[in-house]
Amino acid sequence: MNGALYIGQRLGKGAVVVLAIIIVNFLLIRMAPGDPATVMAGESGAADAVYVAQLRKTFGLDRPIPEQLAIYVANIGRLDLGYSHRMQRPVFDMIVERLPATLLLTVTAFLFSLLAGITLGAIAAARAGRLSDTLITVVSLIFYATPIFWVGLMGILLFTVTLGWLPAFGMTNVSAGQGGLAAGLDIARHLIMPALTLGLFHMAVYARLTRASMLEVFGLDYVRTAYAKGLPRGRVVRMHVLRNAVLPVLTFAGLQAGQLIGGAIVVETVFAWPGIGRLAFDALMQRDYATLLGAFVFTSAMGVIFNLLTDLAYLVLNPQITLER
Amino acid sequence: MSDTPILRIAGLSVALPPGADRAHAVHELSLDLHPNRTLCVVGESGSGKSLAALAVMGLLPPEVRAVAGTIELEGQNLLALPERAMRRIRGRRIGMVFQSPMTGLNPVMRIGDQIAEQFRFNGRDLGVDPRRRGIELLDSVGLPEPAKLLDTYPFRLSGGQRQRVMIAMALALEPSVLIADEPTTALDVTTQVQILKLLRELQERHRLAVMFITHDFGVVSEIADEIAVMRHGELVEHGAASRVLEHPVHPYTKQLLAAVPSLEPPPRAPVKAPIVLQAQALQKTYRSRDRLFGRHREVAALRNVDLAIRRGEVLGLIGESGSGKTTLGRVIVRLLQADSGSITIDGTEVSQLPRRQYRPYRKRVQMIFQDPFSSLNPRRTVGQIVAEGLLAHGMPAAQAHARAREFLRIVKLSEQAAERYPHEFSGGQRQRIGIARALALEPDILVADEPVSALDVSVQAEVLELFEEIRVRLQPAMLFITHDLRVAAQICDRVAIMRRGEIVEEGPTAAIFATPRHAYTQELLAAVPGKSQPVLGHSAPRPVLPIVAEIEPT
Amino acid sequence: MAIMYRLLRHKGAAFGAAVIALVVILAAAASILYPAGPFEMVGGTFEPPFQHAYPLGTDGLGRDVLTSIVYGTRVSLLVAVVSTVVAVTIGLLVGAVSGYFGDRLDDLLMRITELFQTIPSFIFAVVLIAIFTPNIGSIVAAISIVSWPPVARLVRGEFLAIRHREYVEAAVVLGVSTPRIIFVEILPNVISPVVVLASLMVANAILLEAGISFLGLGDQNLMSWGYMIGEGRSTIRDAWWLSVFPGIAIVVTVLALNLIGDGLNDALNPRLARGVRA
Repeated sequence: MNGALYIGQRLGKGAVVVLAIIIVNFLLIRMAPGDPATVMAGESGAADAVYVAQLRKTFGLDRPIPEQLAIYVANIGRLDLGYSHRMQRPVFDMIVERLPATLLLTVTAFLFSLLAGITLGAIAAARAGRLSDTLITVVSLIFYATPIFWVGLMGILLFTVTLGWLPAFGMTNVSAGQGGLAAGLDIARHLIMPALTLGLFHMAVYARLTRASMLEVFGLDYVRTAYAKGLPRGRVVRMHVLRNAVLPVLTFAGLQAGQLIGGAIVVETVFAWPGIGRLAFDALMQRDYATLLGAFVFTSAMGVIFNLLTDLAYLVLNPQITLER
Repeated sequence: MSDTPILRIAGLSVALPPGADRAHAVHELSLDLHPNRTLCVVGESGSGKSLAALAVMGLLPPEVRAVAGTIELEGQNLLALPERAMRRIRGRRIGMVFQSPMTGLNPVMRIGDQIAEQFRFNGRDLGVDPRRRGIELLDSVGLPEPAKLLDTYPFRLSGGQRQRVMIAMALALEPSVLIADEPTTALDVTTQVQILKLLRELQERHRLAVMFITHDFGVVSEIADEIAVMRHGELVEHGAASRVLEHPVHPYTKQLLAAVPSLEPPPRAPVKAPIVLQAQALQKTYRSRDRLFGRHREVAALRNVDLAIRRGEVLGLIGESGSGKTTLGRVIVRLLQADSGSITIDGTEVSQLPRRQYRPYRKRVQMIFQDPFSSLNPRRTVGQIVAEGLLAHGMPAAQAHARAREFLRIVKLSEQAAERYPHEFSGGQRQRIGIARALALEPDILVADEPVSALDVSVQAEVLELFEEIRVRLQPAMLFITHDLRVAAQICDRVAIMRRGEIVEEGPTAAIFATPRHAYTQELLAAVPGKSQPVLGHSAPRPVLPIVAEIEPT
Repeated sequence: MAIMYRLLRHKGAAFGAAVIALVVILAAAASILYPAGPFEMVGGTFEPPFQHAYPLGTDGLGRDVLTSIVYGTRVSLLVAVVSTVVAVTIGLLVGAVSGYFGDRLDDLLMRITELFQTIPSFIFAVVLIAIFTPNIGSIVAAISIVSWPPVARLVRGEFLAIRHREYVEAAVVLGVSTPRIIFVEILPNVISPVVVLASLMVANAILLEAGISFLGLGDQNLMSWGYMIGEGRSTIRDAWWLSVFPGIAIVVTVLALNLIGDGLNDALNPRLARGVRA
């Protein structure tokens, strides 16, 4: 099997999953109390009878269900995720507008959690039983038990209210007109707390996983062979233990990457970060179901894409092994 | 022996952590290694031989430590060295090869890199071109296309090839001592022959002092210059190879030697009873499918196999890994179904029967499994395990449990065993429980799948005795699957040799062993270690040694 | 040092058990300790904590924080335990069928499991609850629906592994019936990892419920810790105690459950004795 075929396979699988998600969404709309048009019109649109009738036509509610499904899928294929009566804008446009902010947040949080988590887990495993291991394990346990939104709030309490070091809300300061580097630094300052908040929980997960994986690998035969060859401990831990132990962690992280987006809704709400999560929350509060469901489909599809990307990254890391096994 | 020893172990004691079955894994061991000579350290499991080797390398597991004695390499006491100094000894002055080639190589590093890293990380720069040296090394251990091999990953190689790579790595820095811990135990006997030959060549070429750890006296008789026998951590016998083999002094040594089954089959009259089991034209192919649209891999496990077993007869099925013998055994007990062909029991065709109709036949065909540690459900008591078959076929509970206890007695276990759990028993005892389970249904046909391969040789002898008793008492038609020709010689009336899914030769044991006709059979018989050593498996009466309580497995 | 570490683990599990016992007692005794209920306005608004009358302060409507926290144990426990039981049941069924029968059935079930695992769980739960109107029933259902896939995966993996163990093969050869094999031979050996996973799932369910209530989707008739934090968010500058104490309650409870899970893991899956091979 060669690389192109593998990629093609993965893309095909991904497409099937996205289709399934769209179908799930379709079912959700139909399962909600009331008829689909009212649901999609939302609280604000439901009052407008003309609007509701128009929706009925667009969704083809008088047609048989399979046809409705086909219409729905086709709509989404054309990137028509519905229209928000409340905001008077197409849902897709609103989402795409907010996409960069959410990406910035989630990607930063993901990279941080992965790097910090693997490093801490590796240190804990290499010094198993000693003080550093106990410390890292306790810290991981605590962050693993803490709800993300609370970490955010406590962060605000400490760093904004008490110490005044970091800003609590938004992505940039309203006083704009700053260009280039200054603007970048401003965004970075606003990014620190939200990204850390989102990342700390997953960092704890990866640290625990890495530690457990490494301890298991330490006991394997090829590690003993490496020591018998006279290799120094550092080399054995890096090239033999870590390189093998990290593989299941990466696989898991790839699966989890999509879940990170779910956590973003809470973080964006707490920090008023202008991303898709915040949009979804506002839509939730305003009973703007068109937007909410549109965001749901979109973020699920994003999850699939994240999965795919990590699979491909895996392929790049270990081409021969992945393809030829 | 005028040359001075290069490695001296003197009074070595290795302590086990509290809570282990004994205080010391190794107790006051003293051994010498000389250049260009092979010392075989022989013992059964629990003898301490592996830990002694690890102590030399400074690779003892965390809670196990050397507490007394010295290990001197050319005068320097290794036990007194700090880790940094010990690191410079490993690989450069002492090389080690381990038992499990399938798991001994890093799966995500190329072979070439695994060899080359030794040159990079061994302190001083040896000024060596790692690639060229790698090719030389792989060539010296007899691997073909070494340049290509450098860039491959381990999963591409077979067990024998991987072991050659391990040997090449152990000798890469040209140490003067080589420790080999059961290096051929996990290999097929024909592969083993080649590896032993390779080690001999390398020893001569480099004047290596070799410490070869094994439990197999056949191997010992082939390669040893000196023999050291260990038991429960102590050295019980030590001397020149010929002396120890021909005139053993310690009763334990004598017991071990006598327990090795002889390669000469005893004379047996051909069994004339009617045929109970007949298999014809059995075919089975394994296909692995890839989920979405991948390729299919096909392995033909059984190709047109015929066999027949009479009542009271033991047919040996001999083959190496990949021969299909395990598949054949499983097809006969209907754990698997053949793709085509027929199986007849007492004249009735059973292979085409649907599940429900086959059910009564289950009572008549039973299996004894290979691995004593995974053939018993850890969460059920021994009594429940043995009674399970009886209960499944409708016997009332009280009666079934009473019968179960009877069979436990038949296999020489106490009745109290019924209340205990498998983990409280040793390997040999667990095999007996497995046998009791199979016998409880009083089957006409017994398939024994490598039943003694996982056991120590002295325990093996006892279980084989049990098999003899069973054959005499119950007269089952038995299919005895094994890769060990010695065991087959002693137990089987007839043997069938299997290779790549086909039976290549079949006939009475004595005839086949004396005059094998097929080339493969000849190869197998030639590969048996110690075949020319008449001492092994002497039919002298076995000495009665007070049995030290069998060590519980950790 | 290694010994100290081991002690910590066992002490951890003991500590965890003690905390959970306390939580259960509080949940059961809540109406005895504070018969008026958490929504009762008992004092002045925004009273600071550490005073005699209101040890943890009061909120913007004069409700006692300590009372609310004690009543909050009920929602957390109820939602977490019930949703875990449902999720584990679904996961066991799916995983067992998938793992035992294999082939196409396995393929189909695993595709479905993967689908549920790919959709971001929190958003999925939020959407489900929003659509079916927030109440304790829809919350439990939503959490169950997003939580069952890991159980199915685990159970399937264990079934696949155990199905080919020799003692299961022996049972087949003996003629033991299929249901008996599944329940007597395989299941008891699958249970331990499932139990460990279940304890971690209860912890996770509490976190999910807290997040859902924080966003305002909780059951309006029940006091929940997440809800308290959500309410306290706007006044965090002046009334920090409204956000801090409920959060500590969540952390302590979830931590306790995780410690119990770790302890169970150590106890039920003894590390294979590695290489004290003599």
